[in-house]
Amino acid sequence: MTIHFVVHEDGDAVGTVVVENVKAGDTLTGWVMEQDKTVTLKVLNEIPIGHKVALKPLDSGATVIKYGVDIGRTIAPIKAGEYLHVHNVKTKRW
Amino acid sequence: MPMDLSKATFWGYRRDNGRVGVRNHVIVLPVDDISNAAAEGVARNVMGTMALPHPYGRLQFGADLELHFRTLIGTGSNPNVAAAVVIGIEPAWTQRIVDGIAKTGKPVAGFSIEHNGDTATVMAASRKAKEFVHCATALQRVEAPLKDLWVSTKCGESDTTSGIGANPAVGNAFDKLHPHGVTLCFGETTELTGGEHLVAERCKTPAIRERFMFMFNRYQDIINRHKTSDLSDSQPTKGNIAGGLTTIEEKALGNIQKIGRKCTVDGVIDKAEMPTHPGLWFMDSSSAAAEMVTLCAASGFVVHFFPTGQGNVIGNPILPVIKLGANPKTVRTMAEHIDVDVSGITRRELNMDQAGDKLLECMFATANGRWTAAEVLGHREFVLTRLYESA
Repeated sequence: MTIHFVVHEDGDAVGTVVVENVKAGDTLTGWVMEQDKTVTLKVLNEIPIGHKVALKPLDSGATVIKYGVDIGRTIAPIKAGEYLHVHNVKTKRW
Repeated sequence: MPMDLSKATFWGYRRDNGRVGVRNHVIVLPVDDISNAAAEGVARNVMGTMALPHPYGRLQFGADLELHFRTLIGTGSNPNVAAAVVIGIEPAWTQRIVDGIAKTGKPVAGFSIEHNGDTATVMAASRKAKEFVHCATALQRVEAPLKDLWVSTKCGESDTTSGIGANPAVGNAFDKLHPHGVTLCFGETTELTGGEHLVAERCKTPAIRERFMFMFNRYQDIINRHKTSDLSDSQPTKGNIAGGLTTIEEKALGNIQKIGRKCTVDGVIDKAEMPTHPGLWFMDSSSAAAEMVTLCAASGFVVHFFPTGQGNVIGNPILPVIKLGANPKTVRTMAEHIDVDVSGITRRELNMDQAGDKLLECMFATANGRWTAAEVLGHREFVLTRLYESA
């Protein structure tokens, strides 16, 4: 089974795309590393390899969890399957 | 079956001070920027020598000057160096570096340029360098226990695959090396931001934790004093962002995967200081690749693990830099720079234990003499860390 995105652990808000040419509307298979299981998700945008997709809807100002830890805050509402990067998430430091 | 390291050995050069190197360089080390030309002249004259030019060493003072001396003395003292010729504009600082390196018992000699000129200095230093090359090339590799190998790590041009594959593969290898009394090192103080609590939790004693947090907060103060919005796109870097990393916290959490899941942090050192016992050391350091790797070499590390995401091409003149990558695109487009391809992790074809073993196999091959990609491609980045302006 082709793995299209990787999630570090259950509870993370994001997955990382690990294949090239992911297009809007694709249904992807994700591997949750810590629990060693697979999940599926329909993506809403084109997402480059290495970039993140939201696994669940997030309100603006919400904390984003990856590795089970806070990696920053959203600055816009984000839908499940939406591309998540510097345009809608910012650091809480510096 | 994971690799059995209980009786593992490697073949290296045992130095008079007991340390073991995996390379046998004769270096020509300038004390200062204006001695680079003479040092390079010697390296052109004498086969088997290598000049280490750099842009600093004049009018530094205080802690910044101390770091300069510590870095140059540490570089010459590194067990991967068989002998060192030191050249400076004037004799006093030159002698200070010679005396520092001489404590290791290895051949070292200093030359100064004032009232001699470049030509006579190059001639005298070349004669000595030729002797040193004969000494170095007469040495044989001997079998040494794994604990004599000092291994450092620092990642670069990270992306999200660094945290998924390349960095945890280093962590897996560190977890396997740590119980065997290997001396290990990580650093990159600013790139722990957002995960500093996780490193603090791993510190072996409250005193070590306190020292770690002191170093961490000291570096945060520098950032806060000079920062612009979003740190001028320096943290994360443009490359990091292009690779999918969004915030410093995300980058840091990926970075921290390099210290594995079991290793304790057994000590804290300042830049270019030398560890005093086996175990995992945190070194307060810049997160810029060439600076950090240069500091690792100056601290006495002889092999370096360098995980990369987007494809950093760094090397070091005396410290072999083993590059590993988990980004399928990078290992395809920059294959000549990657020593260990762990991209199978992203396809669920390679598990972390196998990835760690693959890295350890490359570590032993490198320690026994096989050149890394960076060595073959001529990457010799020697970059000294500066703390502040010159006087």
